[in-house]
Amino acid sequence: MAALPASPIPVFRGRFTERHATRLLWRAGFGPRPGEARKLAALGLERAVASLTRPSGPAHLHGAPPHDENGAPLDPLNVWGHDHCWWLDRMVRSDQQLIERMTLIWHSWFATSLEASTAALMLRQNQMMRARALGNFHDLLLEVTRDPAMLLWLSNNENTKWSPNENYAREVMELFTLGADRGAYTQQDVHEQARALTGWTNEWTDSAGPTNFRFDPELHDDGVKTIFGHRGNFDWRDTCRLCVGHPLHPSFMVTKLWNYFVAVPPPRRELKALSHTYVHSGFQIRPLMEAILRHPLFHDGPRMVIPPAVYCAGLLRALGRTIETDAWSWIGEQAGQRLFVPPNVAGWDYAHWLDTSRWAGRFTAVTYALQGHVLNPDKDAYSATESATAAVQAAVRYWGNPPLSSTTVGSLEGFSRRAQSGIVADWEQTAYRILRQNALRGLIPTTPEWQTC
Amino acid sequence: MADLLMASERNNCCDGFSRSEAMRRALGAAPGAVPREWDPRMPVPAGAGMDRRRFLLSAAGGLLSVYGAERLGLTNAMLGDGIARAASAAANPVLVSIFLQGGIDALSVLAPVDDPVYRRLRPTLAVPDTAGTPFGEDPRLRWHPAAAGFAGLHNAGKVTTFPGIGYTSPDMSHFTSRHYWEVGATDNRLTTGWLGRYLDVAGDPSNPLQGLSLDGQMNPTLATARNPVAAIDRPENFSLWLDGVWGDVFSWTLDSAAALGDAQSRAGDPAVAQVAQAASEVGYVRRALAPFRDKNGNAAYTSPVTYPTAGSSDLPQRLAGLAAMIAAGLPLRCVALTTDTPFDTHSAQATAFTSGLQLAADSIAAFQADLEARGIADRVLVHVWSEFGRRAQENGSAGTDHGAAGVSLLIGTRVTGTMVGEWPGLAQLDANGNLIENVDFRGVYCSLLEQWFGQDAGAVIPGSGGFTRYRLVQ
Repeated sequence: MAALPASPIPVFRGRFTERHATRLLWRAGFGPRPGEARKLAALGLERAVASLTRPSGPAHLHGAPPHDENGAPLDPLNVWGHDHCWWLDRMVRSDQQLIERMTLIWHSWFATSLEASTAALMLRQNQMMRARALGNFHDLLLEVTRDPAMLLWLSNNENTKWSPNENYAREVMELFTLGADRGAYTQQDVHEQARALTGWTNEWTDSAGPTNFRFDPELHDDGVKTIFGHRGNFDWRDTCRLCVGHPLHPSFMVTKLWNYFVAVPPPRRELKALSHTYVHSGFQIRPLMEAILRHPLFHDGPRMVIPPAVYCAGLLRALGRTIETDAWSWIGEQAGQRLFVPPNVAGWDYAHWLDTSRWAGRFTAVTYALQGHVLNPDKDAYSATESATAAVQAAVRYWGNPPLSSTTVGSLEGFSRRAQSGIVADWEQTAYRILRQNALRGLIPTTPEWQTC
Repeated sequence: MADLLMASERNNCCDGFSRSEAMRRALGAAPGAVPREWDPRMPVPAGAGMDRRRFLLSAAGGLLSVYGAERLGLTNAMLGDGIARAASAAANPVLVSIFLQGGIDALSVLAPVDDPVYRRLRPTLAVPDTAGTPFGEDPRLRWHPAAAGFAGLHNAGKVTTFPGIGYTSPDMSHFTSRHYWEVGATDNRLTTGWLGRYLDVAGDPSNPLQGLSLDGQMNPTLATARNPVAAIDRPENFSLWLDGVWGDVFSWTLDSAAALGDAQSRAGDPAVAQVAQAASEVGYVRRALAPFRDKNGNAAYTSPVTYPTAGSSDLPQRLAGLAAMIAAGLPLRCVALTTDTPFDTHSAQATAFTSGLQLAADSIAAFQADLEARGIADRVLVHVWSEFGRRAQENGSAGTDHGAAGVSLLIGTRVTGTMVGEWPGLAQLDANGNLIENVDFRGVYCSLLEQWFGQDAGAVIPGSGGFTRYRLVQ
């Protein structure tokens, strides 16, 4: 594996342990498979990061292909929710974890919803984002701007020289490249950008729905526009070029990207250095990621709540399981992240993943992850003498020894003793211990330690 | 699982319906901001963007989402006091608004079975001429066999029918027409529901139960500008289970999950605290619900009548719970709920329509019997409506497309039981081949406000002076 180039910002110099590797796998992927954190730790930080940022060749999907509860293959284009399960399966099985994670980030960054288009167009956009996951942001922005699902979602397919629509023009600056309330643009810039973005159109047919997306020069306003003080006969490509070339774009880009991976904002010096790297690389994403994933604040800064889709994929990865039911789509919805249906154009709110209903959704995810694999008190052999402490240890081992605080272990042991105190009859010695073990296995992924990384 | 079943039942719905449904769901799921990508040609549902705060009221037996509390600066304790105060006052009349979503086919609910034009327009979908109960007020019509629940109540004088309800210049978009009915005006810009505006005028600034949505998110009909209203979350959101764990051990497991949250809800790490607080609140909800739910999450109240069992739909349970809440003296005034079976039957209409109508009619008839058995029927009116009827001529997919005039029902012991307006007939259809309305829904709203609530409609329904009033309540 190639050595990484020197980072423009500080690099974590502590010992890169299994605990650090676990965090890296959760934040830059979808959590460790059994034994994976130990192997990654053995590589050391540099090679561990390179294994994520520099995958070679096409991705491989390891493990059993996904199916619904009847054993039928997923039908993501035609069955409600199978699109969600199709992508969740890639998150679980792909050996290019950061590529999938970046694709999820671009999905939220350029939030587009199934509700304005079709599963086929959403999956097409998804493939596009995957192919450009660690590539050039300027190219990604160009592709997003002419992406059919995005054209529908932000109505740029209805933006013509006769009736300009400012929807995409505003969001491309506010949400995608520059940010609101930073003095980066004015309403006049929104107006002029909308003119530059005119010309995209499509047709509808009863059989295919939205189709034949294209740029029609007849619909384009080819007059002179003034954007950010530049004058010219600008079009959609110029919109993208002017946005990424805006002096306030690099700081927006670096801050937004950093905040997906680190719980505290980038320090001023890091922001400046990364902005410089970004501009001088010609808007490349990979160098930013290789710097962020090595930074000390990534490795020993505060924890982050694991997003719901990552949580669900991570449960299955930890158990070595794959998608065996399409229930994962509504579980994702209840947990607060139905893939391909972000809550609005601003994407998911990564700062507030939890409320009571979403917590219940995560509990349900655990229920389904364990379904079919629990111990059966009528059939399975089990210790009739296992102590409360040993039961907790066994359940922690079952989940691959995730790091738990002493507070949490103490609380689990309290439950374990309580369950044991319910034993009255002799036959209950084994049966209650099996119930207890099933319960402890269910509880561990609900702990604050497991749900954060 | 319920969502999946609903989705598969929706397969015969048009894109516009599915899309508007999904957008509305998204608004309910992420309130506080109306997405800017909202199609500007479509009206924004009333109440979208209202602040929302989960509010727990143990007396309601449910987890409440209170809308408007932040705006009023109300604390949970103040809301609790407001509810207690309202509950101790004299019992209010209650109006229950039940929305049959998707546009129910009026020509199948009340079918002109002997009409040769009907049989010609509906070669595959015409209701058989011997099926169902004759409609006593118009010998040309018969109730659909699946509407037996309504027919029985109608024979007992407890149903007022509106067989040609609608509005002039009908809009055939689900989204737009539904919005008109929700806000009580043909106005895209109104952001409060008609019952919400009534509660703003006549309601209580501290009793969110006065406007109660049973949809798990706010029903736009109840959207207020000032006074608080509430939504009860669907109970299944809190019915948790784990395979291989049951009985006391499972109760202790959930206790333990809450205790794990309690232990770190003040953790210094904000992410840990966020997860811990959610776990802790789930425990609080579960304890507060304990008196109203058994340990399996089922209702702990008993109903004096038997409600239909309905597969994935919880409509019967929602209505059973509502009857129990009214009987328990909770200070409800306006209640709104939406059927989860859509009636947007563009293809293969017969099956979906029949099962959906059967469920609605049987559930509502059981609710009415429940209210009567509990001795509270005189306090409650049920208004059943849909955003439009369907095209007179069936389409090529054994379904029907969006129409104009449709059917509404008003149900209760205090209705006049006399048909309002008349069946429009098929001799004359509008330019799109749809039934022509002869009763304006806004006139019905004005009449309900005045006769049921004693409220001057002028303060609630825009242009109320221009609408005919009908005698609805006796």
